[in-house]
Amino acid sequence: MTQQSSGFGPDLVEVFGPSQQDGGPELIQLLTPEGERVHHPEFDRDFSAEELRGFYRDMVLTRRIDTEATALQRHGELGIWAQLLGQEAAQIGAGRALRPQDYVFPTYREHGVAWCKGVDPLRLLGLFRGVDQGGWEPDAHNFALYTIVIGAQTLHATGYAMGMQRDGVVGTGDPDRDAAVIAHFGDGASSQGDVNEAFIFAASYNAPVVFFCQNNQWAISEPIERQTRIPLYQRALGFGFPGVRVDGNDVLATYAVTQAALQRARDGQGPTFVEAYTYRMGAHTTTDDPTRYRLSDDVESWKLKDPIARLEVYLRRNGLVENDFLATIQAEADELGHTLREGCKAMPDPAPLSMFDHVYAEMTPELQAQRDGFATYLESFEGSAAGGHH
Amino acid sequence: MATKSTTQKITLAKGLNMGLRKAMEDDPKVLLMGEDVGKLGGVFRITDGLQKDFGEDRVIDSPLAESGIVGTAVGMAMRGYRPVVEIQFDGFVYPAYDQIVCQVAKIHFRSQGRVKMPIVIRIPFGGGIGAVEHHSESPEAQFAHTPGLKVVACSNPVDGYWMIQQAIACDDPVIFLEPKRQYHADKAELDESASPEPLFTSRVVKTGTDLTLLAYGPMVKTALKAAEAAATEGRSIEVIDLRTLSPLDMAPVLESVRRTGRAVVTHEAHVNLGMGAEISARITEQCFYSLEAPVLRVGGFDTPYPPSRIEEDFLPDLDRVLDAVDRSFEF
Repeated sequence: MTQQSSGFGPDLVEVFGPSQQDGGPELIQLLTPEGERVHHPEFDRDFSAEELRGFYRDMVLTRRIDTEATALQRHGELGIWAQLLGQEAAQIGAGRALRPQDYVFPTYREHGVAWCKGVDPLRLLGLFRGVDQGGWEPDAHNFALYTIVIGAQTLHATGYAMGMQRDGVVGTGDPDRDAAVIAHFGDGASSQGDVNEAFIFAASYNAPVVFFCQNNQWAISEPIERQTRIPLYQRALGFGFPGVRVDGNDVLATYAVTQAALQRARDGQGPTFVEAYTYRMGAHTTTDDPTRYRLSDDVESWKLKDPIARLEVYLRRNGLVENDFLATIQAEADELGHTLREGCKAMPDPAPLSMFDHVYAEMTPELQAQRDGFATYLESFEGSAAGGHH
Repeated sequence: MATKSTTQKITLAKGLNMGLRKAMEDDPKVLLMGEDVGKLGGVFRITDGLQKDFGEDRVIDSPLAESGIVGTAVGMAMRGYRPVVEIQFDGFVYPAYDQIVCQVAKIHFRSQGRVKMPIVIRIPFGGGIGAVEHHSESPEAQFAHTPGLKVVACSNPVDGYWMIQQAIACDDPVIFLEPKRQYHADKAELDESASPEPLFTSRVVKTGTDLTLLAYGPMVKTALKAAEAAATEGRSIEVIDLRTLSPLDMAPVLESVRRTGRAVVTHEAHVNLGMGAEISARITEQCFYSLEAPVLRVGGFDTPYPPSRIEEDFLPDLDRVLDAVDRSFEF
């Protein structure tokens, strides 16, 4: 169809093209799906054999956390689980780029980043089992609690980064002191007002925050085309800071790009948008049924881009691992799976009266009275066989 | 320590301004943020002069995005700051409603007490200033209905000075309601060396024997006038300034109603499911045998806030409060 010039410049599709399954020419990649090491003019970097083996181990163990949790949900031990299958490289690459003083604001799917920050994977399960709403100490790991309201945490991340600026831990040049924040969110969240407001606040105050978007192509059943007409990373320019698209299934590229973005933030150069281009291989959560809205061909083509397989090919081909190493990791994963299964089943239900704890830092008299009334009510059933109502 | 007694006559706007200044002097972690709070000093001038004295890092002009203001305040609180945010007008708080209800109110609970949210959200509330739509609302019940938040309303300059400092010192999030119609209205004598009452307490502001009249924020002044007018007809009305809406401090209310046997609650907010409904229910539950009449409510009608030329018909005034007093005595 010929288009007349409208005075508004070229048509969007003409500029950006249709959405590209391979991520397009702008995709930053250091390791191809075939396991070949490629180079990039700006983000190339050498990785030691130890680093590479570390990434591999992290990704395998993260995948095991995910598959175990999915199985636990199927066995009724978890109410729901948000799967990360296929997004291991995006999360490990981003997670390993962090320094101890950096702070993470996750969604509810950042199990791999939690792993990097030393959160006991068992603690991740409490929320999904329904025994707590976040079972770890955020400041002990510099890893905030999971946030379920889509995109809300990007504002918390920005505010936290503004706090860092006021604490004088940005742009001092001291690598042990300078800190940054990373805000995780997905392609669906990019439509939320809070995320866009976070971009504006971060840009306005030049806050040290990296907006790390895992574009896994799906917001439950809605494809990326429902959220955006342009590649997401290009939105950053409109807010006044740089954006890049990295192959989110390439742990090396994700690491290199995120590290550079974090360093920019720590140096006081402000926010960066990183779009990690990946694919949600599983369902949105264990209650979702992706066969209702997407083609298996699509999933099959992404299987060929598996983040773990490509690194394994590279490691083997270059003689960086031996079978012993791979077997050791496998054994470690089995052990982790066992620990998670047993630990999850052993997690007790909280005491009913615990719901009154921590509503306030300072308990109010009226809530105390309500609690006491409920305690008396519960006690009235003590010793009865039903332990409850007749 | 002997403190010099410093007494001066101030407006509510001045009291709040002085209270904010004192809180900022006392604690370097206290930050102010909001739209136009810096150079302009806020549209009501409550933060007048504070940016000049405390700098742009502590008195922060924000982009025009209320969810952004409250959401970033959450992050600053996580980093150990005590943000005090100004919502420019009551009707503009709704873009921040999600952050307030889903995050501010719940993070302490979600984290099992590991993460505190010492945030104060200041909201100029109420009508009577001839404003356009969204500038005259009374959203207090929506926040009082939310567990995890504390909600207070000041009614006079002296309370403004003390209550804002107490709210900032509170480790829980506080919705701080300021009766905008009173900002520059009446002056009162402030003695900075005095000791304030605790924040979450109600106060008998006029004693009486025949009926208990409950009010907060802008309606306290009207309630006091009503008590004065009723006195000329030989009725002795006790007026209580509730001050705290969540938690409610029912002890002085119940004690009063047990003596008087009659209660009227008044607020500018809509009557349906307003604070009056909760207060009425609690009085009925706990003073049933003392009551000579049902608890009556006088509030804004259950319409959207009307155009300002008829707002005085919407708002409860002296006559409508007195009418309710009369009806109470008819039982």
